[in-house]
Amino acid sequence: MAGAVGARRESPVRTLVLGSDPVRRAIYIIGAAPGLWAFYKGLTDQLGADPVATLERLLGLWGLRFLIIGLAITPLRRLGGPNLIRYRRAVGLLAFYYACAHLATYLLLDRGMDLASIWADLVKRPYITVGMAGFAILVPLAVTSNAVAIRRMGAAAWQRLHKWVYVASALAAVHFILLVKVVPGEPLIYATLVAILLALRAVFAVQKRVGRGGRTGARATASRMR
Amino acid sequence: MHIGKASHILPSEITPRGLYLDRRNFLLGGAALGIAGGYGGSAVAAPLQAAKSPFSTDEKPTPLKDVTTYNNFYEFGTDKSDPAANAGSLKTSPWNVKVDGLVGKPADYQLEDILKGMALEERIYRMRCVEGWSMVIPWVGFPLAELLKRVEPQGSAKYVAFETLKRPAEMPGQRGVFQALPWPYVEGLRLDEAMHPLTILAVGLYGETLPNQNGAPIRLVVPWKYGFKSIKSVVRISLVEKQPATTWSQQNAGEYGFYSNVNPEVDHPRWSQKTERRIGEGSGLFAARRPTLMFNGYAEQVAGLYTGLDLRKNY
Repeated sequence: MAGAVGARRESPVRTLVLGSDPVRRAIYIIGAAPGLWAFYKGLTDQLGADPVATLERLLGLWGLRFLIIGLAITPLRRLGGPNLIRYRRAVGLLAFYYACAHLATYLLLDRGMDLASIWADLVKRPYITVGMAGFAILVPLAVTSNAVAIRRMGAAAWQRLHKWVYVASALAAVHFILLVKVVPGEPLIYATLVAILLALRAVFAVQKRVGRGGRTGARATASRMR
Repeated sequence: MHIGKASHILPSEITPRGLYLDRRNFLLGGAALGIAGGYGGSAVAAPLQAAKSPFSTDEKPTPLKDVTTYNNFYEFGTDKSDPAANAGSLKTSPWNVKVDGLVGKPADYQLEDILKGMALEERIYRMRCVEGWSMVIPWVGFPLAELLKRVEPQGSAKYVAFETLKRPAEMPGQRGVFQALPWPYVEGLRLDEAMHPLTILAVGLYGETLPNQNGAPIRLVVPWKYGFKSIKSVVRISLVEKQPATTWSQQNAGEYGFYSNVNPEVDHPRWSQKTERRIGEGSGLFAARRPTLMFNGYAEQVAGLYTGLDLRKNY
């Protein structure tokens, strides 16, 4: 959604990173805290016996959590809760930053930039393929998460592009399920949340279409014929 | 047969002292296990006398803290920290081990009776988890072959089956609607694998009785196979004719096979087995993965068991 550009013109980079109002700034800072804290703990040997695996898991989890929070914003509004749409960009970008950190941990700390083994993982391990695909989808979404992009693309095209977050979220949930040994557990909880939120959007989409069809007249007919 | 270099490090030198509580009597084997307990529980570990063994590796053992707080013991929960947190509730004394099946002298042993006359050895072994991490653990135990010889396996016996206990009242992972695995946990070995000198029943770790989270009071250690084959807290050992069921195979037959020999050439269906992360190695976050060795580095001792066997088919 278009951000509120106040009288003061900030640099686009600063806006992207820090948000253009205090609440958004706070969201970025509080949102980044778990990741920074985990990295600090990793450096000071407080992440347990396998710090790389633990850090990788934590960063991935927070990415998934922010994706879920972002998906929940519209249902929350539709079901009578507060309207937090203006904060959805911050939430989405946080999800992306965590996905980047999660990927960087995998490439640098886990695989030590061993390109051969990374490529082997990518083609032979479904959970890696799925994870990479999810990340790849998030990249254009992150890049277009600003007012300039919305203006250039036009609202309709922008919204169509950003619907791909549903696919990315589903891929993230599947990525998590595929990498654990036993399924009853954490991954199932996240997968269920994602499924519920996607189902709600489907319900809203159906409601919308039914609503339009319920009205009589040229407008309704025209929209049905589109 | 190649025999590895003997370690010259005493168990007491390896163990960091620090958090230990009052020491109990210094005892030889047997009776000490009556007071076996976990660091998370109320009982205190007791020291064990153990002889050095040429089968020990001279690689640096993993810190005790990591060995006792990073565990897969789903009977106590599926997080790595769950066993240390929850295993205190397990009562490891009195403890019985039933040895039965195709044997001339079946018996229902008290643990103390098994250890009577059993010379304990220190075996510093590599342990490789199927998940891709590994440790070096200074176990204290005795060759499984010694116990099996006592009960006289019959000619028809081809395999050894093992069973862990099912005690939901003391093991939170066995309660509730969703169970991670079918209980009780079972495992098995071919008879020649069970009789191999490397295969031990461990009763201690770092010179003291096993903490609960490491499979107290007695567990199997088969160092050339993935860690889940080294069944913990054993209550039953049976000599059988047919290949026995194993829990992880029941859980997912396509991913976990009966043999489960450590093999960098045969990937797990979902991840590679070519490399591993050695736990507790110096640089923590920046420690590089290391290549996994065939049979976890015990190829010279055990490869002969598998000549002619297709290790890809028999994963």
